[in-house]
Amino acid sequence: MDASAHSATDTHAKSMTGADIVVSCLNEEKVKFVFGYPGGAVLHIYDALYKQNGFKHILVRHEQAAVHAADAYSRATGDVGVALVTSGPGATNAVTGIATAYMDSIPLVVISGQVPVPAIGLDAFQEVDMVGVTRPCVKHNFLVKHVKDIAPTIKKAFFIAKTGRPGPVVVDIPKDITAHVADFIYPKTVEMRSYNPILKGHSGQIKKAVKLLLGAKRPMIYTGGGLVLGNGAAELVKLAKALNFPVTNTLMGLGGYPATDKQFVGMLGMHGTYEANMAMQHCDVLLAVGARFDDRVIGNPKHFGGQKRTIIHIDVDPSSISKRVKVDVPIVGDVQSVLADMNEILAQEENQSTDTADWWSQINEWRGIQSLDYTYSDSVIKPQYVVQKLWEVTKGEAYVTSDVGQHQMWAAQYYKFDKPRRWINSGGLGTMGVGLPYAMGCQFADKHAQVACITGEGSIQMNIQELSTCAQYGLPIKVILLNNRYLGMVRQWQEFFYENRYSESYMDSLPDFVKLAESYGHVGMRITNPADVEGALKEAFDRKDKFVFMDFLTDQTENVFPMVENGKGLSEMVLSPSTASRLKGEE
Amino acid sequence: MRHIISLLMENEAGALSRVAGLFSARGYNIESLTVAVTEDPTLSRMTIVTTGSDDVIEQIIKQLNKLIDVVKVLDLNDGKHIERELMLVKVKATGVHKDEMKRMCDIFRGRIIDVADNSYTIELTGSCSKLDAFIEAIDRSAILETVRTGASGIGRGDRILKV
Ligand SMILES: Cc1cc2nc3c(=O)[nH]c(=O)nc-3n(C[C@H](O)[C@H](O)[C@H](O)COP(=O)(O)OP(=O)(O)OC[C@H]3O[C@@H](n4cnc5c(N)ncnc54)[C@H](O)[C@@H]3O)c2cc1C
Ligand SMILES: Cc1ncc(C[n+]2csc(CCOP(=O)(O)OP(=O)(O)O)c2C)c(N)n1
Ligand SMILES: [Mg+2]
Repeated sequence: MDASAHSATDTHAKSMTGADIVVSCLNEEKVKFVFGYPGGAVLHIYDALYKQNGFKHILVRHEQAAVHAADAYSRATGDVGVALVTSGPGATNAVTGIATAYMDSIPLVVISGQVPVPAIGLDAFQEVDMVGVTRPCVKHNFLVKHVKDIAPTIKKAFFIAKTGRPGPVVVDIPKDITAHVADFIYPKTVEMRSYNPILKGHSGQIKKAVKLLLGAKRPMIYTGGGLVLGNGAAELVKLAKALNFPVTNTLMGLGGYPATDKQFVGMLGMHGTYEANMAMQHCDVLLAVGARFDDRVIGNPKHFGGQKRTIIHIDVDPSSISKRVKVDVPIVGDVQSVLADMNEILAQEENQSTDTADWWSQINEWRGIQSLDYTYSDSVIKPQYVVQKLWEVTKGEAYVTSDVGQHQMWAAQYYKFDKPRRWINSGGLGTMGVGLPYAMGCQFADKHAQVACITGEGSIQMNIQELSTCAQYGLPIKVILLNNRYLGMVRQWQEFFYENRYSESYMDSLPDFVKLAESYGHVGMRITNPADVEGALKEAFDRKDKFVFMDFLTDQTENVFPMVENGKGLSEMVLSPSTASRLKGEE
Repeated sequence: MRHIISLLMENEAGALSRVAGLFSARGYNIESLTVAVTEDPTLSRMTIVTTGSDDVIEQIIKQLNKLIDVVKVLDLNDGKHIERELMLVKVKATGVHKDEMKRMCDIFRGRIIDVADNSYTIELTGSCSKLDAFIEAIDRSAILETVRTGASGIGRGDRILKV
């Protein structure tokens, strides 16, 4: 333990048990909710939290859901999410949640119980090497071995989780330690010689970047999850408006730039819009902000690199820069700080005008293709239509969570997010089952908000037990199940790349979701007719205090378009049949 | 290209496994890895010998720096440096081998540190390539056992890795 972390000034130390120390630390951090599930190794901690009235403990039905809910709480609020699980199976159940948060850089502190120190390594009951198991999917982790180390370790855990590139931190605490007694002193500050994230961008690089932007003929701004995580949206809007540049967002970055603004060209990537992908491919100066050139975003890097462009990349994590794509002007720093500096430098420039008229007319031509077009039907519900109506009914104000699959892509394409932290989904790990616990996290974050969980019948069954948690806490979530009776995303790939051999992608024996919801005391609705979609959504959202499970029976054959197939270049998109046939007719 | 990377990290339980785990998880090569505590007991120093293209080495350095316990990282190949490795070799010391081994040991400036009825144990330090050269130079069939520490490295002159 680094001694400099103990820089406490508090002299009114109180003697207490390790369990009380854990609870006091969380209250010192002003934690409002702890999502958890009890068990032997954390019984002392559960006893301590029973006796306090600071944070509220939320009892989930599975540890995976505890971590997902804490993760969504963090995505919605920007605060560190907190989960508490027992040793062994409790800890391993939490791992998927931790890995999900890690891939999307979400700040979490996960406290896991551990067997008593003398029993470690003896294959004790419910022992698992949690530090070893989670090492590859945490920002950092700790095994606490002395009661006096609990407070400084938890302080460090919060500090590490939320600073620099955020991420989950696991604190593994053996049971005996939580019974031992020590003076409680919560350190006021943390200093670690080995960890000092750079926040301020290099001014020379920033100046160079502004010059390049002003000289651009075909500029493009590409922003990602980092812009949302770093609360940089307002500065980005200012910059983009001043320059009149087109903006695209990654799946993780949606809401970072208002989707209803005319400079927004939609999401890019595998299922991005035609105009976003074409502009990304053909731009001459690219400003990347808190985005990591993921393989689902730029397609084949060789094809992407085939086009010459100058890339400016702002990222707080140096290892994100020049990882997959060589960058010309790297700027290591926090998005908010760097963008503010850029705006300041730009304001001082004599000539701030850019000449992008030709570029915009090109982009508008691409836009004219209307790549998100689909064929409406009045006999079968189109999933895209449900999302469009959801957007209208909620006036674009809802927190929208999703699971993983086709429904996730339609949610991203058709719900227009104007604000950051409203779109909550698993991008990096792509974890089916996050949707419902994510909705819980959002509803706890903002109890009066409209929260919609767009899901599939495959995904929802991966954490369906949380219907019970939602009943216990009276969460008025609206589940929008786009029920295509298929693992749709898998089926789509099988249709395209495996000659329609639908191997194990059909789900038989689905529950009656309406009855299932009702059995928990929720409202269930089944919608089978396109004409009823809007009315049903209105009715559901009018029931402000009820959890409503809406089972929309949707077109089983619908696919997600546009699509950049694996290994293909970004501009080699497959367009939807309706777009393609319209283009053909126009020729 | 072959690179020697030196790093200082907090002397904590599990620190080594974080580095080893990083290399295996990201598929980086490790030729050798040595670690021991420094004169400051809170710090460990590690020397890693790895190979990779410039881009891969750049990522390795960035990923190492990203580990929370790592205090400082230095790519020794960025400047003048010295590298040393220790090898112990047990060789047959009977018949023709007896004089031959003594002679080779002298040429390579090794020392015989154990003499038994039928064998010598030779201690040799030097760059990894010097140790390789010794192995090449002696009669293979005479080698009974070898053990090598892996390289340690240090910058020349004013190049100092310290907190
Ligand atoms: C079925 C499926 C389909 C998908 N299809 C697409 C698709 O079509 N298009 C698409 O875009 N994605 C798609 N994804 C998601 C994709 O897998 C990646 O998760 C996503 O593209 C990564 O987004 P990002 O680049 O914004 O990075 P993130 O994972 O959000 O990373 C954030 C970056 O910002 C940096 N950062 C964090 N905080 C700060 C700060 N304060 N200041 C500066 N930098 C910071 C981080 O270091 C990191 O480099 C899909 C996922 C699934 C499951
Ligand atoms: C935990 C997990 N297992 C498997 C997958 C692979 N996978 C991705 S999408 C998908 C199908 C999802 O089906 P459903 O929830 O019904 O959504 P749909 O695609 O039909 O909208 C599967 C199996 C995954 N992402 N996560
Ligand atoms: Mg489905």
